[in-house]
Parts: sequence; C-alpha cells; structure tokens
Amino acid sequence: MSTIVSLPDQATARVPKRNYITEENGLLSWLLTGDHKRIAMLYMGSITFFFFIGGAMAGLIRLELLTPMSDLMASDTYNKVFTMHGIVMIFLFLVPSVPATLGNFLIPIMIGARDLAFPKINLLSWYLYLAGGALALYAMITGGVDTGWTFTTPLSTHYVNTNVVTTGLAIFVAGFSSIFTGLNFIVTIHRMRAPGMTWFKLPLFCWANYAAAILMVLGTPVVAIAFVLVLLERTIGIGVFDPQKGGDPLLFQHLFWFYSHPAVYIMILPGMGVISEVISTFARKRVFGYTAVAFSSVAIAVFGFFVWAHHMFIMGISNYAMLVFSLLTMLVAVPSAIKIFNWSFTLYKGSITFETPMLYAFGFMGLFTIGGLTGVFLGTSGTDIHLTETYFIVAHFHFVMVGGMLMAFLSGIHFWWPKMTGRMYPEKISQLAAVVTFIGFNFTFFPQFLLGMLGMPRRYAAYPPEFQVLNVFSSAGASILGVGYLLPMLYLVWSLKYGEVAGNNPWQATGLEWQTQSPPLTENFKEIPIVTQDVYDYEWLERQKEHEVTQVG
Amino acid sequence: MAETHETQAAEAGHEEHEHHIVGPKVYALILLVLLVGTALTVGASYIDMGPWNPVVAIAIACTKATFVVLFFMHIKYSSKLMQLTVGAGVFTFLILVGMSLSDYISRAWGLW
Amino acid sequence: MSLEQQQETASFGMWLFLLTEIMFFGGMFTAYLIYRNWYYPAFVAGSHTLDITLGTFNTLLLIVSSFTMAMGVWCAETRRQKGLVWSLIATIILGLGFLGIKTIEYKEKFELHHVPGASFDAMSFVNVPLDKDGKPKDKALAPDMATHTEIYFSLYFAMTGMHAVHMIIGIGILFVLLYKAAKGAYSTGHITTIENFGLYWHFVDIVWIFLFPLLYLISRH
Repeated sequence: MSTIVSLPDQATARVPKRNYITEENGLLSWLLTGDHKRIAMLYMGSITFFFFIGGAMAGLIRLELLTPMSDLMASDTYNKVFTMHGIVMIFLFLVPSVPATLGNFLIPIMIGARDLAFPKINLLSWYLYLAGGALALYAMITGGVDTGWTFTTPLSTHYVNTNVVTTGLAIFVAGFSSIFTGLNFIVTIHRMRAPGMTWFKLPLFCWANYAAAILMVLGTPVVAIAFVLVLLERTIGIGVFDPQKGGDPLLFQHLFWFYSHPAVYIMILPGMGVISEVISTFARKRVFGYTAVAFSSVAIAVFGFFVWAHHMFIMGISNYAMLVFSLLTMLVAVPSAIKIFNWSFTLYKGSITFETPMLYAFGFMGLFTIGGLTGVFLGTSGTDIHLTETYFIVAHFHFVMVGGMLMAFLSGIHFWWPKMTGRMYPEKISQLAAVVTFIGFNFTFFPQFLLGMLGMPRRYAAYPPEFQVLNVFSSAGASILGVGYLLPMLYLVWSLKYGEVAGNNPWQATGLEWQTQSPPLTENFKEIPIVTQDVYDYEWLERQKEHEVTQVG
Repeated sequence: MAETHETQAAEAGHEEHEHHIVGPKVYALILLVLLVGTALTVGASYIDMGPWNPVVAIAIACTKATFVVLFFMHIKYSSKLMQLTVGAGVFTFLILVGMSLSDYISRAWGLW
Repeated sequence: MSLEQQQETASFGMWLFLLTEIMFFGGMFTAYLIYRNWYYPAFVAGSHTLDITLGTFNTLLLIVSSFTMAMGVWCAETRRQKGLVWSLIATIILGLGFLGIKTIEYKEKFELHHVPGASFDAMSFVNVPLDKDGKPKDKALAPDMATHTEIYFSLYFAMTGMHAVHMIIGIGILFVLLYKAAKGAYSTGHITTIENFGLYWHFVDIVWIFLFPLLYLISRH
C-alpha cells in the first residue's frame, strides 16, 4: 500500500532536545504554565479520564440492555447511569475535545503566533474544567442524577430527590471553561495572525474552531441561566417553571435547547475542521471550494441559533412554532451538506493514501452523512412525532457524535500526534484499531435505528422481549467498539517512548505547524513567519523540498 | 525577516486604531441625556397610553443604553470589529427573545 | 505587538465577555417578557409594591456612577492620578449607596412576605391592606391571579439579585483598582485595566437601565 509518510533516517534522527516539553521541568511548571501547548496536553489527559468514565457508563447501559428485564440495575439506577453518561460525554468530553486539545495546541502555530491572546485565561479555563468535572464526579458518587442530561422540568425541579443542584453547578462551572476557550480563540484569530496570514489563507481548521468559538461565547450563557433558575427553583421554590405557580416548564426547555442545539455544532465543527486538514493531506489536493467550506462553518454557527425548538416538537410548543423551526432546520442541513460535497470533490482525482487519520476521516464522512440524513427525518415534524424519544434519536446523535465527532477527534489525534510528541504512532495496529472501531460502531448503533423505528423508547431499562435480538447485536458491537477505543490509548502511550522519530513533516503536509520542529519550541517559531504561500499549496511545498535538496547537495 | 512590530502589523492588515480620548464635556452631556431620559420614563409611566406604555418604556431604555454604549463605552470611536461584536450580541439576544415568542404568541396564553 | 494593539486585544476580550453577560441576563429578560404578558395584572400589582422613589434614586445613583467611572477612564488616559483616584472613590460610594438602598428594599419585601418560596403570601393581593384613609392600597386580584405574583417576585429577585451580585463583584474590583491607582499603577499610559473595568461597570448600569422601567414602572397610572 502506498504511503506519503516521510520520516527522517531513524538511525540518526533524534527528537529535538529543546522543545515545549523539555523546556522546563517540575510539576508546577506544568500546573502554572501559560504555554498553550502544555495546556492542550493537560486537557488531553483530563479529557481522556472523563472519556473513560463516560465510557464505563456506556458499558453499564449496554450490559443492562442485553436482557429485556431491568435485571442488572433497578430502573432508578439505570436512569442515573444514562444521565451521567450523557453529562460526562457531552459537557466533559465532546464539547472541549477538539478545541481544548487540538485547537489550543495548533491554532497559534497555524496562524503564526507565539501563543493565544490570553494565556492566563487559557490556564484558568483548564482549572474551571477540572472544577466542573470534580463537582460532577462528586454528584455522581454521592447519589447521582437521574433526570437525563436534558434536566427536563418539572421533573428536575419538583419530582426527583437527586443531586440536580450539584450537577447543575458543575455544568455551570464547566460552561465557563468553554466560554473562556471560545473567547480566547476569537480574539486570537482576529488579532494575532502573522504578517501575510489573511483570513483566506487560514487553514480550514481555524475557520471551524472560530465558528465553534462564536457559538461557545453566545450560547453557553443561556444554559447557564437555565441552570441557575432550576437551582433557584429547587432550593427556594421561585416558581418560574412550576405550573402550580403559573410557571411554564417549557420555558426551561427553550432556554436549555437555545444552547444545547448550538452545542452540537460546537461539538462537530472543530471535528469538521480536522477532516478538512486530513482529507487535503491524504489526497494531496487543496480542499475543493475553500471559500464555501470556510463560509459554511460560519453559516452553521449562525443558522444553528435558529433551530433549537426542533428538540421540543412533542413537548407542547405551538403548531406554528413547529412549522417555523422545522423549516429552519431544513436550512441548517445545507451548509453541512456543502462540506460533505466539497470533501468528496477534494478526493476526486486526488492521490489518496490510507494512513490511519485518513481511515478515520473516511469513517467520518460515511457515518456523519448517515447521521446527518437521519437528522433530516427528525427535523420533519411529522416523522419526528413518531421517532422522537425512541432509539432512532439515540442512533441519530450517536452516528453524528461518535461516528462523526469521535472519529474526527481520533483522526486529528493521530494526524497531529507526531507534531505534538515528536513520535509516530505504530501504523499497522492503528489502522487495525480504526477498522475495529468502524465495525464495532456500526454493529452498536445501526440496530438502534431499527429499534427506534420499531418503537423502542429511549431511557428505558426494560423493553418488550421482541426487541432483544437487536439489543444484543448492539451490546455485542459495543464490546468491539470498546476494544477499538482501548487500542489507541495503549499504543499511543507506547509510542511516547518507542515510536519512530517523526521529524518536522512526516505527512508532507502544508500548514505552518508542519514547518516547525516536532515537538515545537515553547515559543513556536524562532522568528515569526511571513506568510506568502497559499493555504493547501502543495506546489509550494514541492518547491521548498527541492530547495532543501539542492541546498544540502 | 526581522521587521518592526508596526510594519508587521500593517502587513497583516490589522487596523491601527488611533486611541480617541473622549473628554468630560461629552460625558457630562451624556449624563444629562441619561438623567432626562430617566425623568421621562418615570413621567411616562404615570400617563395612560394603553398598550403603548411598555413600548415607550423600552424605547427610552434602549435609547439610554445606546448612549451609554456609544459614548461611555466608546463604541462610536471604536473599530468596525468592536461595533460588529456588539451588534452580534444584540442580534443573538433578539433571536432568543423573538423566536421564543414565536412559540408563546401562538399557543394558549397562560390559561393554566 | 504594539501597546495600542495590546489594549485593543484586551478590550475585544472584555467585549466578548460582556456578550456572554448579555445572553445570561437575556434568558431572564425572556422569562420576564413572557410572564408579564401572561399575568399582566399580577405584574402590575407586584410592581406597585416597589417604592418608586427608592428605585428612581437608585437609577440616578447608578447613572452618575457610570459618569464618574467614565471620568475615571478619562483621568487615566490623561494621566491625572488624583482625578482617577477620586473618580474611583466616587464610583465606589455611589455603588455602595445603590446596594444599601437595595438592602432596604429587600428587607421590606422580606417583611411583607413577598419573597418567593415557602413564606410567600399571595393573599395580601387578594385581601389588599387598607391605607390610612380606609381605601384599599391597590386593586384586588382574583386568587389565581394573586398566586402569579410569586412569578413576578421570582423574576424581581432573580434579576435584581443577579444584578446586585455583579455590582458586588464590581465594587470589589474597584477597591483593588483604587489601591493600585493610588500607587500610580494607571498613570503611566497603561490604562487597559481601567478602561476594561469601565466597560464592565457600564454594562451593569445598562442592565439596570432596563430593569428599572420593567420592574418598577409597570402601569403607575
């Protein structure tokens, strides 16, 4: 199989002695760092930790659903398990995943800056994330929450006796982490680009994170106030969501989903940014329709604010609102589709190779498309009435978030692993892991579409026996998926010591990050570059290499 | 390669925004406007204008807020980017209110 | 990065933070808008229990404090250290005055059982207490509409309470700024901190500019 990997001679190559990891030693130099790359690594570790926890919850869910009866756990316990699964995976894993790790690491280097605009706020962001995470764990250990991650009122305000307040506070704190990250990205991308780095020379990864950052800043505060009001209602009894006092439970949902719908775009946009970079590199072609892809990121961000009530079709909103939001939901699908088309056209007549990041990218394109198309079924209010609150929804969002976003995250981790660590991961086993993940994913979640259409409700520990076969399929798939996720954790750690030395640009990729050493210097560049080449300019890269070759000779 | 900060910034297309200092006279004038506005809004609340009362109250409040944003917060003298940023915030707030209203306005009006 | 650029970058960051505040308060304004339209008589009755004199006076205090804060920024820009110090002191005093009056108002609400929750007494809106001439102080409400006054007061406390929290944080920061200004930290041309805090303070003023008519001035005729 052909490959574009180009490593330095392993007999003589060494990881550069001075880099951001070796610059300073000691725990405090990491815990009090302002270096965006170190903060990214701190996030990487913490996010992986919470992924484990969310994954463990998922394992428990799939174990319970092997049998039709609620025999592994009581229904109340099951409620707590899927709630924590949702909260941890969404707020503590997916939302920060690419922005806080890859975004933090790469954006300054990609734009030719030495760091983000506000390094101290970046560090604060990580500590807020930890605080929120710790609070969520505390809530989990001391009894858990069982309302579902959606905290629907009046269940969450009046009818449960679980740790709603603590968890709400945890999400409130973690939300600030997100806000500060977004704030930092917006200011950085606007104001700290190197000379010559115009908006339309920015890698699409930057555009994607910029769009997501806008959503973080404008959307998160609304869920914050939603939780504050729930907390006040639970503690003091203010009554804004209580029908007995004249409140409207639906108001909570409006405020909650006003954030939580843009939140799904906060989660997916950075992943789409990764895919743009990976597909371009492994097809050796500039991304088709760069401007369209860049603007579609912003369009997704803007339109994403107009559609939230499609999560509320059966909750009691008016028919008129159903009409408006259903129509607008059709609109928001268009920019996402534009991206898929453009990536496909990038592949057309490209020189495609199948290294691990590309395998994950292919997985993304197929699975995200399926997930996205099923979203159209759900956006159509007529079919949504039949499919909502069933396993169809569960399958839909797992296709886009796991088949889409998580695959994009893994793609990005593998793609930039050599840059961040100076070492290559082992290619064969990683390709195997990617394939195992893909197979496991489909076995886990495709049956759930069928289950949903057949009528199996979500969030139920017990189900009619006729659904068992598909559920067993799904749980079996989950175990394969688990293996697929475990493998990278093992071999990536292994590669830190035993991986091949990567050199500056193992993928022969364009982008400023690949013109620096791996791992980068703390200050990123010896001198701030002046950008003259276009983005995804593979011809420029060829000329650089020829230049180097003739120089050495 | 080694260029001064200013030329680097200019090449990157960043606006070098001259720092405009707003003086006490302008501030005093705006203070007066705000005080008058407050008097107006209190006075208007005592006049029965039917459905127009809340409209007038919001209009006066928006005007006062605009003056604070433009002059006390210097937006009138700021770059297009800052003005766009404020606009984006106001726009998103209006979407939240307006589109939530599209639901409430078209269903049972608090008839619990 | 030039000083000018750095200052603009910091201001950009502060404005983005203020956007989050717009959306944060925005959620409560949305709630207010909906419930005021649903339960207008209850909102009128609730609003009438607020003291318009105190509310107006508080509004004036905040507006003047915005003026003194703006003057503080000007003093920093023109390197008038004494002027800056006095401006900050004035702003603190006005802010504390606002909070003092708010405390008086809250205490009165507590005594009248208008605080939402277990102690809330909606019946005072059904059986309206008489004033010294023997006439009812306000129009009586039907019992079900009277219970909705709790929503009004919930929003009153949530919105003014959240506003007050922001004021308290602001005054806290003002004390720090005052201390540093007295030592000359902001008279060197490095005015970013003062300017950006000014943005925050003005924003808190703007929130009150909307809260005042919406909460205090509902149908006073």
